[in-house]
Amino acid sequence: MNRATFITVLVLIAAFTGSVLTSNEVEAARGQQATLEEVMYIPSGKALKRMSLGYSGVLADIYWTRAIQYYGRRLGRHDENVRFDLLYPLLDITTDLDPHLIVAYQFGSIFLSQSPPVGAGQPDKAVALVEKGIRANPDYWRLYFTLGCIHYFDRKDYKAAELAFRKGSENPQAAAWMKVMAATMASRAKDAETAYYLWTQIYQSTDDKMVRENARQHLAAFRVDHDVLELERRVTIYLQRTGHLPSSWYDLIRERLLGSVPLDPADHPYQLMPDGSVQVQDPEGLPFITQGVPPGWKKSTK
Amino acid sequence: MIGRLSAITFNTFREAVRDRVLYNLVLFALLLVATAPLFGTISIGIEGQILVDVGLSAISLFGIVIAILIGIGLVSKEIEKKTLYTILSRPVRRWEFIVGKYLGLVMTLTVNALLMTAGFYVALLIVTHGLNSTQAAYLIAIYFIILEFLIVTALTLLFSSFSSPIFAAIFSFALVVIGTFAEDLRNFSAAAQGVAKWFMAGAAWLVPNFSALNVISQVAHAQPVSGSLILMNTLYALLYSLAATSAAVLIFERRNLK
Repeated sequence: MNRATFITVLVLIAAFTGSVLTSNEVEAARGQQATLEEVMYIPSGKALKRMSLGYSGVLADIYWTRAIQYYGRRLGRHDENVRFDLLYPLLDITTDLDPHLIVAYQFGSIFLSQSPPVGAGQPDKAVALVEKGIRANPDYWRLYFTLGCIHYFDRKDYKAAELAFRKGSENPQAAAWMKVMAATMASRAKDAETAYYLWTQIYQSTDDKMVRENARQHLAAFRVDHDVLELERRVTIYLQRTGHLPSSWYDLIRERLLGSVPLDPADHPYQLMPDGSVQVQDPEGLPFITQGVPPGWKKSTK
Repeated sequence: MIGRLSAITFNTFREAVRDRVLYNLVLFALLLVATAPLFGTISIGIEGQILVDVGLSAISLFGIVIAILIGIGLVSKEIEKKTLYTILSRPVRRWEFIVGKYLGLVMTLTVNALLMTAGFYVALLIVTHGLNSTQAAYLIAIYFIILEFLIVTALTLLFSSFSSPIFAAIFSFALVVIGTFAEDLRNFSAAAQGVAKWFMAGAAWLVPNFSALNVISQVAHAQPVSGSLILMNTLYALLYSLAATSAAVLIFERRNLK
């Protein structure tokens, strides 16, 4: 290797390394949501579809991937600094580009409907998105299930939920429990068992990791809410029997009120507080619980 | 060395200016900019924005087309016409030939971009009945477009140093397209696992990051462009072009020209 070649190789390596390092700085300077904000510039999916020259499917995949990358990561860690205003336009464009991208309706509506910090808290827009999906894919009965869940969980509109489940159950392909759900909405919509049953159906019927994890967290929250109330009931029985509060779970075990130290769904022992209340050890891992939350605890936004 | 480099640079510039393809494209780009106000008449209230979008996109698109169409012939034409042997028989090193050609084409593209910019601002003056300070931000987008040209020229020269003009054009166009999705490649690598993660990260570093150099929509919507982005994009474009030109020099040094 002669001197000139050696210098050229050195320059090539140094310049390429420098470009890689600078490229990371460029992305830092652009901001995390640079590509996401592009939806504001061309907000019409129909215009984009014409501009894609027939490659609208690829463009839909790109838009959907951007949504997943950005919102999936941030909502997963309960980040409060999320651009929720861009979520619906992004999903609307994605589904304009590819009206048969079922995952965008199903998964996107979950992002949209759930309350912050785990979702955008826009259930009406979620309904609009799923109804758009039903119009484009009338034979796909699971979209009616998704619609019913949004009406039930996030809009608390049990009549609309019943209608959605009933419409879905009219599809010959629909699972038999869709009829059961429609009937349950009509009679026992406010029962906790109904909500538990719905989340179980979501958990069992999806292949998507994030939807499944979301359903698992809701099911875990049901268990914690039930456990905490039951444990506090047993502490009250202990107090009535002995005249004082237990200092640990072992006091309840000795009184045969418990078989062992109770564990939450994350396998952490429930904490017995000096005032007899029960709390979970790690509320961060149980985002949907309503019982056992330490007073003043706030979800982190790391 | 400076004398030899500048001789090749100015000669390349002169040759490019004489090229008919270049004139046609510049004329077409100017025509597009000039007709932009007509687009505005069929839209309500966004004449200025349409002009900015169409005008800046035309400067970028036609500049890239010129860079590739002229760039692919820089080396092959000299070999075809056998003028390369005359040049290299003089005390001109091969790297000086490549770097001179690169600088000559960059100069051509910059002059073209400036001409088109002048046409763009004239059209803007007609449509908006005057210029204001916010319209100066369009110059940042044009500056980034010129930075794009630095990279496209270097890549075209790299491909033309070892392949036929047609393949060099295909490779260059393909990289321009992939480069516009560079940020999506980064996102894919962030989400991927194992080998796929490293492969995607490698691909994201290897392809030029054109997505960061395109701020046309941003300036058209009066969104600010940070000073740090201008600095980092400048550094990035210079380093990436240097790397691509060095690779072109390395290949050309080893090429058998007999």
